[in-house]
Amino acid sequence: MALALEVKDLHVAYGGIKALRGISVKVEACSIVTMIGANGAGKSTTLRAISGIVAKQSGHVTFFDKDITSTPAHIIVAMGISHVPEGRRMFATLSVMENLEIATYTRHDKKEFAESLETVFSLFPRLKERRKQLAGTLSGGEQQMLAVGRAMMTHGKVMLLDEPSMGLAPVLVEEIFRTIKKINELGTTILLVEQNARMALEYSNYAYVLEVGVVSAEGPSSQLLDDPRVKEAYLGG
Amino acid sequence: MELTTFFQQLINGLQLGAIYALIALGYTMVYGIIRLINFAHADFLMVGAFAVYFFASFILTLTNAIPPIILFILGLIVALVAGALIAELSNRLAYKPLRYKPRLSALITAVGVSMFLEYFFASLPFIGPSFRAFPDLLKPVSFVVGGVYLNNIQLLDIGLAIVLMILLTFIVNRTMMGKAMRAVSQDKDAAKLMGINVERTITFVFLIGGALAGAAGILMAMTYPRIYPNMGILPGLKAFVAAVLGGIGNIPGAMLGGFLLGIAEIYATSYNSLLGEGIAFAILIIVLLVRPQGLLGEKQSEKV
Repeated sequence: MALALEVKDLHVAYGGIKALRGISVKVEACSIVTMIGANGAGKSTTLRAISGIVAKQSGHVTFFDKDITSTPAHIIVAMGISHVPEGRRMFATLSVMENLEIATYTRHDKKEFAESLETVFSLFPRLKERRKQLAGTLSGGEQQMLAVGRAMMTHGKVMLLDEPSMGLAPVLVEEIFRTIKKINELGTTILLVEQNARMALEYSNYAYVLEVGVVSAEGPSSQLLDDPRVKEAYLGG
Repeated sequence: MELTTFFQQLINGLQLGAIYALIALGYTMVYGIIRLINFAHADFLMVGAFAVYFFASFILTLTNAIPPIILFILGLIVALVAGALIAELSNRLAYKPLRYKPRLSALITAVGVSMFLEYFFASLPFIGPSFRAFPDLLKPVSFVVGGVYLNNIQLLDIGLAIVLMILLTFIVNRTMMGKAMRAVSQDKDAAKLMGINVERTITFVFLIGGALAGAAGILMAMTYPRIYPNMGILPGLKAFVAAVLGGIGNIPGAMLGGFLLGIAEIYATSYNSLLGEGIAFAILIIVLLVRPQGLLGEKQSEKV
């Protein structure tokens, strides 16, 4: 299997505070890989470093064997990594449709746009109903759909998802995980960061456990689900 | 006040307001995208006016046969380009290196850029600090409609400002670059994740804002045909007040604020000329006390 994404010995610091102290992660093409861990373990920072939003101190990131360690964020998106940021980060005063349009900024092709829009609307019919509404007026669940839909519009081969279930009602959490699975089945590789460790492990193929900036455990998700240490620390015993 | 006087002053106010609105747009757009009050913005209009002055003088020494309308259109292009270039030059050399530094640094730098432009132009031997007469690009033509005196320059000021505003509104709302501008002004990181080149978007904003200042420069020079290196200071301050009145960062707000301020200033001047000079700043104080987010601005809530 080809490696979609490889992170090697990544170090990141905010000011003087070390957030990542040598993280290495491998993501196989077409798989779902998850990173779990407590707040401040460095999960979001890893994603933000991969997509070029935060500066890396040292280490390497490769995307299908291309080194993207020092590539600017907007080019990384164009190369094929889409990122659903933590907290949704909608453009609140743009309409739902404009939010989706803006994601095709890098390559504006009308036919391709129509096709991606079709895919997004078939996954999230709610967004189609609300396409003329301002994104800021959507409910939390709808905003999360828009965040995922918007990332899909950028046409990434790999999608990074940061806490997609945060702040959602339990019914919606199930729904968002099922959607992630569907997106994966459409051929997109997924790297998922989650607080909801049980769901993340159930829906993924491989998992990394992060603790204060380092990888403390890794393995196939089904194994980690049965690992007594993981159970105790992240799955509520 | 008699009805004809009322309309006379309204036209005068709209004329002045058109110029304020054009300048205010640049303040508000730059603030919207990088949260910087660009104090040098007012000087971009001076640069635009001088560029047209030299261009028109040069053309007129070559030939007097050029039709005025052609001369004006060429002059307008020169003003737009000069304004856009000086704005982007300030961005590239002064503001960009400070982009991710504390905001106060960029603010103080903006004051520095402003003073640099004023004193640099005043120190140039072929410009100097004193007034220069701006050549007549168009022959002034006056006419009377229902007792109200109008001239072609007035109609040009108002008309051109409105055309440029419609164009700007179209760019911001309908084009991809305009949508990118709005996205960047809301959330730079999220915009990057959509593949938007943030720096290029900021450049675009400076180019547009600068071009509008250039347009204000040529219109001001045609309306009050004396130009000098400090000519931007007072209109710039008032246009800044207009931007705050409309809601800083809000594009329709800057247009509304500009026109309201121009009209208020003309009516106040008709009672007392000192009152006219001061009314903008009285309005600024009142707005900041009563409605600090401006007429069309939304209340800023602290992000948690």
